[in-house]
Amino acid sequence: MASKPTVKWGFNLAILFCDIFSPIQSLLSNRHFQRDPMLKKRDDFEDVLEERRNSSDLRYALRCYTPVLYKGVPPCKSSMLKSMVLQSDQLHYVISQVSKETGRKTDEVQEEASAILDEMAHCQQLSTVRFFAFTLSKVFKSLFRSICVNEEGIQRLQQAIQEHPVVLLPSHRSYMDFLLMSYLLYTYDLTLPVIAAGMDFMGMKFVGEMLRMSGAFFIRRSFGGDKLYWAVFSEYVKTMLKNGFAPVEFFLEGTRSRTSKSLTPKLGLLNIAMDPFLKGEVFDVSVVPVSISYERILEETLYARELLGIPKPKESTSGLFKARKVLSEDYGSIHVYFGQPVSVRSLAEGRVNRRQFNLVPRHIPGKPGEDIHSFVNDSAYKLVRAQEENMVLKPWVLLASLLLQNQAAGPKEGLPLDELTAQAVWLRDLSRQYGAFLHWPDQMTPSEVVSSSLSLHRGLVRICEGKVQLAPEDPHSAATPEEKLLNQAVIVLSCASYRNQALHVFLRPALLASAIHTEVFNSFSFLRNMFSNEFILCPGATVQDFEEASYLLVKTGAVQVSQQEVVVTEGGHRTLAFLIAMLDPFLQGYQVVCRFLCEEATETLTEKQFIPAVRKFIIKHLLAGGLRYAEVLSSDLQKNSLAAFLRLGAVQKIKGYVGFDHLECLVGPPSRAQNTTL
Amino acid sequence: MNAAMASNSSGGGSDRQRIAQQRLRIIAGHLRRPVDVDSTILAAECKAQDSKTDVSSEGKTVPRRRQEIMKWNGWGYSDTKFLFNKKGQAEFTGKRYKLSGMIMPALKDWLEDTFGTNLQHKSPATPILTSSAVQPPTLNEAFVEELKSTGIPFSHDAEDRVFRAHGHCLHEIFALREGKVGRVPDLVVWPNCHNDVVRIVELACKHNVCLIPYGGGTSVSSGLECPPEETRSIVSLDTSQMSRILWIDEKNLTAHMEAGIVGQDLERLLNESGYCTGHEPDSMEFSSLGGWVATRASGMKKNIYGNIEDLVIRVKMVTPQGVIEKSCLGPRMSTGPDIHHFIMGSEGTLGVVTEVTMKIRPMPEYQKYGSVVFPNFEQGVACLREVAKQRCAPASIRLMDNEQFKFGHALKPQVSSMFTSFLDGLKTFYITKFKGFDPNCLCVATLLFEGHREKVLQHEKQVYDIAAQFGGLAAGEDNGQRGYMLTFVIAYLRDLGMDYYVIGESFETSVPWDRVLDICRNVKLRIIQECKDKGVQFQPLASCRATQTYDSGACVYFYFAFNYRGLSDPVHVFEEVEHAAREEILANGGSLSHHHGVGKLRKEWMREAVSNVGMGMLKSVKDYVDPNNIFGNRNLL
Repeated sequence: MASKPTVKWGFNLAILFCDIFSPIQSLLSNRHFQRDPMLKKRDDFEDVLEERRNSSDLRYALRCYTPVLYKGVPPCKSSMLKSMVLQSDQLHYVISQVSKETGRKTDEVQEEASAILDEMAHCQQLSTVRFFAFTLSKVFKSLFRSICVNEEGIQRLQQAIQEHPVVLLPSHRSYMDFLLMSYLLYTYDLTLPVIAAGMDFMGMKFVGEMLRMSGAFFIRRSFGGDKLYWAVFSEYVKTMLKNGFAPVEFFLEGTRSRTSKSLTPKLGLLNIAMDPFLKGEVFDVSVVPVSISYERILEETLYARELLGIPKPKESTSGLFKARKVLSEDYGSIHVYFGQPVSVRSLAEGRVNRRQFNLVPRHIPGKPGEDIHSFVNDSAYKLVRAQEENMVLKPWVLLASLLLQNQAAGPKEGLPLDELTAQAVWLRDLSRQYGAFLHWPDQMTPSEVVSSSLSLHRGLVRICEGKVQLAPEDPHSAATPEEKLLNQAVIVLSCASYRNQALHVFLRPALLASAIHTEVFNSFSFLRNMFSNEFILCPGATVQDFEEASYLLVKTGAVQVSQQEVVVTEGGHRTLAFLIAMLDPFLQGYQVVCRFLCEEATETLTEKQFIPAVRKFIIKHLLAGGLRYAEVLSSDLQKNSLAAFLRLGAVQKIKGYVGFDHLECLVGPPSRAQNTTL
Repeated sequence: MNAAMASNSSGGGSDRQRIAQQRLRIIAGHLRRPVDVDSTILAAECKAQDSKTDVSSEGKTVPRRRQEIMKWNGWGYSDTKFLFNKKGQAEFTGKRYKLSGMIMPALKDWLEDTFGTNLQHKSPATPILTSSAVQPPTLNEAFVEELKSTGIPFSHDAEDRVFRAHGHCLHEIFALREGKVGRVPDLVVWPNCHNDVVRIVELACKHNVCLIPYGGGTSVSSGLECPPEETRSIVSLDTSQMSRILWIDEKNLTAHMEAGIVGQDLERLLNESGYCTGHEPDSMEFSSLGGWVATRASGMKKNIYGNIEDLVIRVKMVTPQGVIEKSCLGPRMSTGPDIHHFIMGSEGTLGVVTEVTMKIRPMPEYQKYGSVVFPNFEQGVACLREVAKQRCAPASIRLMDNEQFKFGHALKPQVSSMFTSFLDGLKTFYITKFKGFDPNCLCVATLLFEGHREKVLQHEKQVYDIAAQFGGLAAGEDNGQRGYMLTFVIAYLRDLGMDYYVIGESFETSVPWDRVLDICRNVKLRIIQECKDKGVQFQPLASCRATQTYDSGACVYFYFAFNYRGLSDPVHVFEEVEHAAREEILANGGSLSHHHGVGKLRKEWMREAVSNVGMGMLKSVKDYVDPNNIFGNRNLL
């Protein structure tokens, strides 16, 4: 962040948590549910590494690459692209505006714009791409068992690329994501994307330039009210899109999700990407959500440490080489699902009145109106939901959920293996009924599935006397109880990041389950509202979500709906208990943060102080045994809860609010130190 | 086109004179006076007030019984149509047009390639109108009685009524071809002069009869459709017999006409005295002066002569409240909002335009066609923009897109000599191979210059120089002339299409320069997408051209047609696509209409086009002028 804002918090917690139980009439509707998650049709996968293992990587890297093009437009030389941007009416306008405002000479501002562009622009070269194709083949083969891709999705993408400008929106769980994307597109002979990347990569001298040559362009993490930067940046992206030179790729979530939950989408780049359509400069834009699921995440424990506030070094090329030991491990398989291309035109149909853009010259930048903002926001949520729905879940995700719940249930010595297996089978069936995209190898017996999953994740689990428990490999090295707690928390958070992959499947029923003994709809809608910073819950879709949740619970026989009442069935208790336990850590977490704000932070505190203070408070309670969930230590949860309290008006920001500028909203928090694991 | 051809096209004055004269002859050729065999109805000849100075009392092209010379269920003259002859070649019948009697060998393939039509699959029209399909008239007896006593001719013959119940929208013609007739006027009345109209309007008010003015019947906005919900007796007021030029004032270069005169008569009669109005809408063979005023028409040579609002000096309109007119012939006035602007574009909702004083010009000494080939549409638009910027647009400049360029080629008549065909081959070779133009991208601008010979040649050079800056190559006079000729025959072609399951329509808009390319691309793609979504089995034709240039924008014309085989309700699909296309036009900054008007077809967008207050203003004018909705065609508002 350019200037650190000192934001202080005042609060008023009275309104929280008392609303949950306010008795208002239940609204459970008996409407007809048309959406059945069971009916979701998904494509089959093919392993791209299989061919790599059987034929020459070198020949593959040097093969003839002739992608299909948008309307036959050949890719544009980066120098030509730059001059198109610099000569655009948009940029001219802003340059003269800036020069008028600052009193600087136009030439000077023009030069600055040109410098910004040089810093930003990609310069894709086929030779670099071929280099990556070769090296990555080697790396991928050693890291992963397979990289599975839905080829029908590739075919749809190929079609889309020819028809309209394409925006690729992969989920973001690892640094690997965008190299993987380009690798796949190269493999399938598709036009290579240009990728919006955070400036922090630029820190790595050599690697930064390599990435640039493979098609990445770099954006500063934040640029405040820098009009000129914004103009150059948005014009750069739009020029690529409008002319259809190459698919533009960026991460809707802005940054890598450290928790494996999808992050609240950032709107800046999506706004830019939709603009050419809204202003009639292109007929349509196809947006393709891509779900990348890792069986084992490379950055697994790094993320956990980061969430716990254990500091790490900055990105550096030498750090990259130290990460080489990663190469010797088994990271299972990757599934990449190219989703159905979404037409921006059809998203906007009936939602946006495009005529509003007809009354002002299009090169004059303007802030999008309220309707456009809410349209882009809703679209962004829809797209993140589409990513979520096509995420492939491995059996381990279910095991992690069960093990975490078991651990929280009491200080037992783990779960017997056969019981875990039985529970996993039960959960497998439940999640399938809920429409999860579960990749459970049906040709293996359940116990084989469980033991192979456990062995892949042996860094997180220990099997002791036939009992499975979450534990670090070397549990006795910690000295103090606090260190021991943190070591345990690393495991729990790592494990939670797998459980989180399944959250979107169970979230809506879990919210309903947690609300069931009260005024159902109101409680549901309160919880949903409170957790809307934590999970992906489409704005304004409370009723749909409620209907979907009730539908699933009724369909699976967990509850019965009679007149105005929701009743849990005999056999439904198990499901409900599971669902409630799924959500419980979050509920407890929010309550703890609440208590912290009430008890400890009697006076205002700055944003900077908040995380360390709340962490200390939580550690205290965990050690005292008053709190069961170590995952509450996650700074992600703490930040989300604070944001929620702020949104709900329980907490106030006072003094000098330095507004989040666009980029901040777009590529995520700037101050987070990041390490590379490549 | 090689250099020799290009120089040829700018030399040879006598040739051009000959061509110019030929063009005038073409128009004149349409004008043979039909024999007015009249019926049982009594016709009392009525002289207009200024009849002493009546320039011409002869030369009426349009008889009361239009069916004697015109099709009842298609475009234009009965003797003129496209058909496939026994050899399977397309032929244009009749003698009226330059293309008449010619064979167009390429048209069949073009139809088949563009629409997937097959000559085996015909969708012929119902040959004759069965009177039983037409509802018996609802007559207001008291009105009819009094009308009889005035001696103004009228009829309630089924054919007469059906003829005045429609314009030329696709759905209107489609229904007629199927022999389906909806609500039609109950009576047709032919006033002969202004005073007749005054009497008819008085009677209509007195007896609460609905009046719908009818001029040339070329509306493409559902403007002539009778509102089905209308329960009163509907009387169609046909102005076609009010077609005299009442005087010509050579000192002030003005002329005073009755409003029923159709374009071709007006030009022909003025030409006889050495003048013209220069107002030439594409429909000028049939459309009337009153209709132009009522719809805010635009003519192809507006760059020299102006649109109708620039040409009109004074208008007389009969309304239920009386006659509205200005008191002098001053060239411009500052007397509050111009009352002419309540009249122009009122689309028959306020009254009947009976007489108009209009500017005239001496006939141009010299006329020259031209054409330019551009490598692509983008370059062509850039050139038009530059021409507009330098304010040097010729009398007409039109830019056809690639689809229309190909269509134009399909209408090339059979070449008579080996030499011409050899030359054609050479031209094609030069443009596509030597100059590297992609035949699937290139497009053509057609030009028409008018004025003093020297100035025309100078002007021509200026325009060709600009074109060259945008990669344009001069492509000769023939191509230009053919382009303009197509304007007149294209409407006939729709009837041919409809014989083979192809339905189509044209529609227009005006749009700022910076959005011309975007709107052209987006509307065409929208049409294609909508057709696909609506289950149209064949790729549609979606084509456009920029037909007028202004300082700040252009008029864009779209053509859209598709093969409807396999659709159960083609007209509904067609209307949905047309609706979507209009939405797309509006979303891309285009106007609701440049010159076709709103009628009932585009009424739903009117409020948004002019704002609530604007709508209120128009409504309050209507409420004052016509409180009982005598002029009840329900257009516009």
